[in-house]
Amino acid sequence: MKHAYIWGGILTIAFFSVVGDVLLARAMKQVGDVHALWRSAGLWTVVSRVASNPNIFMGVAAMTVAFFTLLFALSWGDLSLVAPAAASLTFIGNAFAAKIFLHEKVDRRRWIAALLVAAGVALLAG
Amino acid sequence: MGHLSAHSDSSLGNDKRIVTFRKYLVLAGVTVFGAAGDSVLSHGMKQVGNISIHDLPSLIFAVLNPVVALGILLLLIFIVLNMTALSWADLTYVLPATSMGYVLLALSARFILHEQVSLMRWLGIVLISGGVGFIAGSPALTSHAPDDSKSPLLAAKGAARNGAPGNPAPAEEVVSSGVEP
Repeated sequence: MKHAYIWGGILTIAFFSVVGDVLLARAMKQVGDVHALWRSAGLWTVVSRVASNPNIFMGVAAMTVAFFTLLFALSWGDLSLVAPAAASLTFIGNAFAAKIFLHEKVDRRRWIAALLVAAGVALLAG
Repeated sequence: MGHLSAHSDSSLGNDKRIVTFRKYLVLAGVTVFGAAGDSVLSHGMKQVGNISIHDLPSLIFAVLNPVVALGILLLLIFIVLNMTALSWADLTYVLPATSMGYVLLALSARFILHEQVSLMRWLGIVLISGGVGFIAGSPALTSHAPDDSKSPLLAAKGAARNGAPGNPAPAEEVVSSGVEP
């Protein structure tokens, strides 16, 4: 039963992390290069542009759910299982989500990397 | 946003084609603060003890634990640095590029938290790190900045915020990071 809780938590963390990551990545691409923006228009412009982007808040909301699920999961399972497993599943999910929703060019190299990560997750679970 | 982007784009030119030392520092910061935050948070949650799903208020009190609070602070710094990196690189570049955190996590779990890390888990971590190596040499930025005006869900919000962020990056910005191995 404990394992079911741990893996349920890991999958929940991964799902909401993917949603959060995609929304934040989308938002930050819309904001633009922070270094360049800060240099050209100042910190306040960066802050106001980030704060006015709705994707930020939806992303943060998704990550908040993932975070509190992480708190639960860490109180049940080892850090060396929960954190890498959730992060690795998040990584694989992000590869799919980034291709579909962010239109990133996820080439063969990136897919191979996703498979290596998937194998790593399987070993972590063993 | 249009005038600001035009200004920054024209003034930066090749900056967006190269992962500069400062950008590598940001990626390193994402790695270190992410791993440290997870590690400290785990240590704090072990102090707090098991939390029942039927006892949600105890989760709120857990945040008052100083170690948990420090872990949260470290993770907040991680989020800011991560958002900075996402502003100039793909999501599928930032995540693997910062995955040396797995190694830091394993080391901290073994030597600080004194958790048992089996050989299989070490191998898993090595494979994950290998996956990172595959991605590290790919272009940092391959995508256009998404335009929410094309999204039915957000189009109304975007229109309401007349002039708010949402302009796509020029096509010439979709370039390699210049860090091919």
